[in-house]
Amino acid sequence: MRYIPNADADRQAMLREIGRSSIDELFADIPQSVIDAYRPLNLPPRSELEVFDELTRLANANEAPGRVPLLGGGVYDHYVPRAVHHLTSRSEFYTAYTPYQPEISQGTLTVMFEFQTMISELTGMEIANASMYDGATALAEAVLMAERIRKRGRIAVAANLFSHDRRVVNTYAWAAGIELVDVPFTSAGRSDLARLPEGISALVIQSPNAFGVIEALDGLKARLGDALLIVATYPLALGILEPPGAFGADIVVGEGQCLGLPMGYGGPLLGLFATKKEHLRQLPGRVSGRTVDVDGRLGYTMTAQTREQHIRREKATSNICTNSAHCALTATVYLASIGAGGLRQVALLNLEKAHYLATKIAKLRGYSLVFEGPFFNEFVVRPSDGDADALRERLEAGGFLVESSQAMADLGVPNALRLAVTERRTRAELDRVVDILGGKR
Amino acid sequence: MRTIFERGAAEAADGIFPACDVPAKGAAAWLGAGLVRSKPPRIPNTSETTVVRHYTRLCKLNYGVDDGIYPLGSCTMKYNPKVNEDTAALPGFTDAHPGADERYVQGSLELLYELARLLQGIAGLPAVTLQPVAGAHGELTGMFLFRKYFESRGETRRTRILLPDSAHGTNPASAAVAGFSVTEIPSNARGTVDLEALRAQLNDTVAGIMLTVPNTLGIFEENILEVTRAVHEAGGLCYFDGANLNSFIGRARPGDMGADVFHFNLHKTLSTPHGGGGPGAGAVAVSKPLVDFLPVPRVVKRRDRFALDWDCPKSIGSVHSFFGNVLVAIKAYTYVLQLGDEGLRAVSDNAVLNANYLQERLKRTYVLPYDRLCKHEFVLTSEGLAKGVTTLDVAKRLIDYGIHPPTVYFPLIVHEALMIEPTETESRETLDRFAEILERIAAEAREHPELLHDAPTRAPVRRLDQTTAARNPVFTFPFEAHPA
Repeated sequence: MRYIPNADADRQAMLREIGRSSIDELFADIPQSVIDAYRPLNLPPRSELEVFDELTRLANANEAPGRVPLLGGGVYDHYVPRAVHHLTSRSEFYTAYTPYQPEISQGTLTVMFEFQTMISELTGMEIANASMYDGATALAEAVLMAERIRKRGRIAVAANLFSHDRRVVNTYAWAAGIELVDVPFTSAGRSDLARLPEGISALVIQSPNAFGVIEALDGLKARLGDALLIVATYPLALGILEPPGAFGADIVVGEGQCLGLPMGYGGPLLGLFATKKEHLRQLPGRVSGRTVDVDGRLGYTMTAQTREQHIRREKATSNICTNSAHCALTATVYLASIGAGGLRQVALLNLEKAHYLATKIAKLRGYSLVFEGPFFNEFVVRPSDGDADALRERLEAGGFLVESSQAMADLGVPNALRLAVTERRTRAELDRVVDILGGKR
Repeated sequence: MRTIFERGAAEAADGIFPACDVPAKGAAAWLGAGLVRSKPPRIPNTSETTVVRHYTRLCKLNYGVDDGIYPLGSCTMKYNPKVNEDTAALPGFTDAHPGADERYVQGSLELLYELARLLQGIAGLPAVTLQPVAGAHGELTGMFLFRKYFESRGETRRTRILLPDSAHGTNPASAAVAGFSVTEIPSNARGTVDLEALRAQLNDTVAGIMLTVPNTLGIFEENILEVTRAVHEAGGLCYFDGANLNSFIGRARPGDMGADVFHFNLHKTLSTPHGGGGPGAGAVAVSKPLVDFLPVPRVVKRRDRFALDWDCPKSIGSVHSFFGNVLVAIKAYTYVLQLGDEGLRAVSDNAVLNANYLQERLKRTYVLPYDRLCKHEFVLTSEGLAKGVTTLDVAKRLIDYGIHPPTVYFPLIVHEALMIEPTETESRETLDRFAEILERIAAEAREHPELLHDAPTRAPVRRLDQTTAARNPVFTFPFEAHPA
């Protein structure tokens, strides 16, 4: 076993050194009945070559990568500059752990600090943590945090949240005994903010939302009284969209997969979490802070840890320990590689291409865009006298990947497909979609 | 440390994305001016040369497992095989969208199904979810399962979780986040659960117990069967924190010890890298009464096809956006397939031998508060080493010798604790050198304590001012102090 350097002779010598005659003796403290009950997996050891071939077989059994995705809904097919992968593959980054010893973890800690800064800048917020598991758990933690601050037991949630986000929020809120009240949406696909529920700790809103529509956040904060405004966002879109912080959001969360991470069948992902300085003590997760060493040199260290489990245990504000540090590194290197200029450019490409396709589809006879609200890079299409899933079949026969109509039906929008368009889609691909819809192919 | 914000903000960063190939109208035309960003984020535009040099320089300020022994107790910092990185990077896996129809992602689904099956075998429990993405996330999922189970039985009075004082710090936090209150159970003089103290707490308000097996002292609960039996007889459930599975994998199964929920840390036991603090993976195995409550969707096999089962009416719901950290699961699967039964057993054999070998040698120099057979780790104290010398001093001096310190000041039940976990991937020669250095540091503590107090002097920075970091929090780059 080449991951275990000691040979039999070493083991024998070591056993002699500690006065034991066999390795079995080292397990004498496990009850014999437990040892006797052990059943092997019937799994013979295999060589690296055989295992690599088996994994290649499984990877090739996935047909999705050979197709052109029009899939979105929180995870998108974005291009990642090749340098990002080269840098994040440095084992000095990926074989380290949480920077408990700052003096030999300045690489990780400086990156965390850069990440926090970039996320604060992107979202327009004062502070951000060093990452959460994913956008959904970040949102669930935002709900718990708002409830810790306002303690009213009720939180209003926009009904046009991504289903996967809502599912996780439901689970966490159920366990915490928080009542969730739905906020319906209008024909524009935007949340109906005309009648907000009373007595809430916070309002949760997503922008762009599950229909791809950008919400009207202007003036919303003032109408909430002292209830907190939680906004879930799509960080890449913030290259061109006014950030939630500019509208007074109290907590901004998001899924950071779009910032350089592969789709990876949905994981690992990257949860973003930003808030106002006044809520620092309630911020879950880890943060890197700038300080100096005994010689006055600048350096970074994990700080504000009194909120954390290893100091306060059951009084901790969160149980987050291992999070998504390496994904945050990827996002940092991605953003550093493309810069604010590249981020604006890629966001614009998404916007223009999505609108090109949507405009063409809307002009076709027999199709309509379900919502009239402004959108970023995905939108919802309905065939006026056909079956959405039959349309999906036709697109898939043409080599595209499209989500089932169930995704929209789950949100109360029957017989409709959500289509996402990223910077990777070419005009030729988009024209082919239009041709298939128009019956030309 | 200079940050990226202090480097080449006006350099050329263009050329990554193509020009727009459709007629462009601009953001304001499509969206209206009110939605368009008025102030760009302060993220510098930097050339690729500058970016590559900046992050290459930063990575060299880190210490990773590839640099040397990383004996961080309870973290199982074993070597991360390179092949795992490459299998998880196969485009067939990385380019699969979670919303794709099942027929297009059969490979990923098969892998998730098969890994879950292997983990069931390792745990000796009938079902596994791969959805939790970290150990503490697995704990939280476990606590949700407890809650749902008792809710389904109408036993809503069961709101207390019992926790040995040697438990991982995340355990009480996870129980609290899931809405339980925590009662601490003291350890006895042998470092294990005090059975009498446990029995005194058991009644119909107890939902269950969270046990770390072996515990954070590295000691196996010899009375594990008595503990789980007592909890079960009182109507409670048993949670096993699997962070320390490296000590008995391939030899014993939590299911045979009475576990109802057991979480794996794939990033510890199954060799996936820690990534500087994630992403990990915290698969959870459960006993029969809890199977119906597992998170949705579940990966199932229907004839020869793999599918996602959403029809789980009793489920706690979802704990992650999709199906967990799939790319991490691929690394773990690659590892288990290579090891097979023989290799899994060799892991615990060597992890436990390495730990006992080091313990035996180091107890001659450092005080070993619980002097007995250990499993994969053990806890020393720096108390009594020399007047005025702390565990922090010892840890920082190790850095000067080019070694990552052990976990310090944990578990809380040992003062000035040094929690050492060598793992099976270190050689006898490395262990000897590590021991020699700790012995030399003990001598320095008596003869030249200033060497310890001043340490580290050979790291990229010296000791950092934690008080200033906490009192004057600076979490973002102070742009105003660095005009462009």
